[in-house]
Amino acid sequence: MSKENTITIDNKQFAFKAGETILEVAKRNNIFIPTLCHLKETTPTGACRICIVEVKGARDLVPSCAAPAVSGMFVRSESPEVIKARKNIIQLMLASGNHNCAIRKFEPDDWTSFHLKVLKEDNYNELCPVWGDCKLQDLAYRYQVVTKLLPVSLSKYPMETVNPFIIRDFSRCILCGRCVQACREIQVNNAIDFGYRGAKAKIVAGADVPLKDSDCVFCGECVQVCPVGALIPKETFKNKKRFEKTETVRTTCSYCGVGCQMELTVQDNKIVEINGAEDVEPNRGSLCVKGRYGYDFVASPERLTTPLIKKNGKLEEASWDEALGLVAARFTEIKTKHGADLMGVLTSARVTNEDNYIAQKFTRSVLKTNNIDHCARL
Amino acid sequence: MTNTIADIETADVILVTGSNTTENHPVLSTFIKRAALKGNTVIVVDPRKIKLTEHSQNWLRPNPGTDIAWINGLMNVIIQEKLHNSEFIKNRTEGFEAIQESVKLYTPEYVEKITGIPAHDIIETARLFAKADKASICYCMGITQHTCGTDNVKSLANLSMLCGHLGKAGGGVNPLRGQNNVQGACDMGGLPNVFTAYQKVDDPNAIKKYEAFWNITGLSNKPGLAVTEMIHKAEKGEFKSLYIIGENPLVSDPDLNHAEKGFRNLEFLVVQDIFLTETAKIADVVLPSFCFAEKNGTFSNTERRVQRVRKAVEAPGFAREDWKITCEIATRMGTNMHYNSAEEIFKEIRQVTPSYAGITWERIEKVGIHWPCPTVDHPGTPILHTTKFTRGKGLFHAIHHQPPAELTDEKYPLVLTTGRVLYHYHTGSMTMKSDGLNEMSPECFVEISQNDAAKLDIVDGEMVNVFSRRGKIKAKLSISSKAVDGTVFIPFHFAKAAANRLTNAKIDPVAKIPEFKVCAITIQKAA
Ligand code: SF4
Ligand code: SF4
Ligand code: SF4
Ligand code: FES
Repeated sequence: MSKENTITIDNKQFAFKAGETILEVAKRNNIFIPTLCHLKETTPTGACRICIVEVKGARDLVPSCAAPAVSGMFVRSESPEVIKARKNIIQLMLASGNHNCAIRKFEPDDWTSFHLKVLKEDNYNELCPVWGDCKLQDLAYRYQVVTKLLPVSLSKYPMETVNPFIIRDFSRCILCGRCVQACREIQVNNAIDFGYRGAKAKIVAGADVPLKDSDCVFCGECVQVCPVGALIPKETFKNKKRFEKTETVRTTCSYCGVGCQMELTVQDNKIVEINGAEDVEPNRGSLCVKGRYGYDFVASPERLTTPLIKKNGKLEEASWDEALGLVAARFTEIKTKHGADLMGVLTSARVTNEDNYIAQKFTRSVLKTNNIDHCARL
Repeated sequence: MTNTIADIETADVILVTGSNTTENHPVLSTFIKRAALKGNTVIVVDPRKIKLTEHSQNWLRPNPGTDIAWINGLMNVIIQEKLHNSEFIKNRTEGFEAIQESVKLYTPEYVEKITGIPAHDIIETARLFAKADKASICYCMGITQHTCGTDNVKSLANLSMLCGHLGKAGGGVNPLRGQNNVQGACDMGGLPNVFTAYQKVDDPNAIKKYEAFWNITGLSNKPGLAVTEMIHKAEKGEFKSLYIIGENPLVSDPDLNHAEKGFRNLEFLVVQDIFLTETAKIADVVLPSFCFAEKNGTFSNTERRVQRVRKAVEAPGFAREDWKITCEIATRMGTNMHYNSAEEIFKEIRQVTPSYAGITWERIEKVGIHWPCPTVDHPGTPILHTTKFTRGKGLFHAIHHQPPAELTDEKYPLVLTTGRVLYHYHTGSMTMKSDGLNEMSPECFVEISQNDAAKLDIVDGEMVNVFSRRGKIKAKLSISSKAVDGTVFIPFHFAKAAANRLTNAKIDPVAKIPEFKVCAITIQKAA
């Protein structure tokens, strides 16, 4: 291998393409480097520094997500120094907010006072809602960060719950800025940004107004990319039962013609969360407010559950046998009496290809007319 | 779409017209917005100052219903300044001479008079579009929902061909489909004049093929009626029965007052849906069906990508899958129709639908495939017309501006255009079951400019009555910077104040699409 475009990571040589970062080369070759702020397809910000690696000859540790690979570079992805620095970063992050998940190894005494606090303060959850699905927690485990001695930091800002879709819990925000990148460079809605300085730093919407009064359109991209429990979908928080079995089903959004690929999280025969399917066309993980949060209709109590037949001007419940029998009999009767061309079928731009195919097959081969259309033009 | 969604982001110039993309195709709009962020040129041509204009370099504002004029204007400048792609025109198209002649009339100054777009904007846009290496056109209902909708679409194709922007990455003429499976419904022959894959019903070969395949005789070779025509006939008592699957025309149809009469006049109406919609309420029989989360099957998106739909939850009560209900009716009418699964139906579809022949559920397990995909080893066709057009050579159509079917006058001085909002979908039967979406967009509104509101002496939030020559609705006035003087926008989602009580049912003679985007109205303070 020529030295021209190769880089050495952990004593192994890898080729790279011009412009690739150290992180990209490592990832491509299955070398683990943790990241928090890094968001694919956006400008690296270097905000969290968790991805630091040791580069021979460099004075400081280098954030691999922002550093381009350079020929002849000699990288150590997890040297003792790197591990020490990562531990430190994780510890600071845990200390910076209300990260009261299992990694916090409470003393029995603490537990009591903690529980009392939970009872007193509404927003002080006993456990973080994303427990078990948190990048920070994962990293704390991986690097064995003990936080027993760290004081629990109280939230600098109250939780925001005044919009229908997203809970913003600033007490868990690690200011990685992924949400800002997602909103600015992926969805390009420019609704949120870093606000205030130093210890007061906060992700703000507009001039620090609630999301619903900002340019936010509730696409939820920020929620999907938040590595911790600082942004969570309200409905999921309400309905998803912790530690109970869930199932994930990949499907296609049923609203507009973009056909976004989505992952439905199902619990007890109910959709409890929807996320964009990552890395697949056409949406590459993105969704809009309808696709992500507009699923209530599926389990709506207003769903039709039984056939109805109009009797004396009123729709009354009927059995399938009765309803289908009536439909078939009336269609046959009208066909004989008036001819098929006075009958029609409206199929739908919402049902599947299979449903549509059967609808036109029925119209053409059973009714024997071409009076079939759908409301796409409307 | 001739090209893919991802492809749009790679265009140097993106011309978006008649599409309120950020609200109607939100995720697709991110591709356009990202392109703008990277410095590519986005041009919006729309009667409303839609959100996308905040990201676009230029916003051209045509008077509603004057699209052919501005498109011809662009072509006039392009030909005048010799910016057209002669090689593409020579090799790939015919009929150039005709449009060369027909657009002569449309000088920037003349176009300004008709459209209200300043002449210099026409010139600048023409240059940007023609000089671009790759220029993409995206359009939606704002182009098609006119009595001249078909001609509007042909005009856009003229423009793209003129500059050789068709049949390559980053180019194309891209209609954005409104509903999730419009593409599929059309592909599957849910249209009065074609079987699957657009095989004509009056083509004897197609008939023969289907009769043999379905093992029947007596298929009708007479093209059927479009929905608007069926309803029109029903109103006169010349249409007897309708079987409606998953549609709610009693909110979405134009000139609702008349449509409603048509539906009520039917001898027998069957509605198959997931909710008791406005249309279901007046049905003789209502059949409960499955929603997308309860079904296995496929949808075809706006870029012709066939994608899987998978069952995630059990349907409520005694609801049944749409295709199963239809099969059951057929069987009871004496034609046995039986399938064990949706996949079995898909296998049948492949056999009679050349463009789907190579697509299997296995192949689209992870990522969908773009039709046409004729064989199982064919990768699919992300970009259409790369070497030739469907008919061989691309045909230029000489088209002239025609005013909209309805014009304003003293009594009805304002132009109404209808459409959707971000938080709702179609007639709202799904989105209005979500408290969150309702909270963000609770009710109908009449979007109007500051000036027009002042003229009427009505303030923001006041209730108004809106009258057209056909009907009246009552809704809240909403003063908005999106509105332009003289043009009012009302979303059509809301049954309580159904914008379609006002709209004109006059249809495009070819595409049979009603003119939802232009009708004359007047507004008065509600008592
Ligand atoms: S809200 Fe989440 S994504 Fe945004 S900065 Fe905080 S931790 Fe990062
Ligand atoms: S929901 Fe979407 S628009 Fe709102 S802040 Fe998050 S990314 Fe931005
Ligand atoms: S998530 Fe939004 S943009 Fe994507 S298909 Fe659904 S409605 Fe369309
Ligand atoms: S992931 Fe590299 S700095 Fe945050």
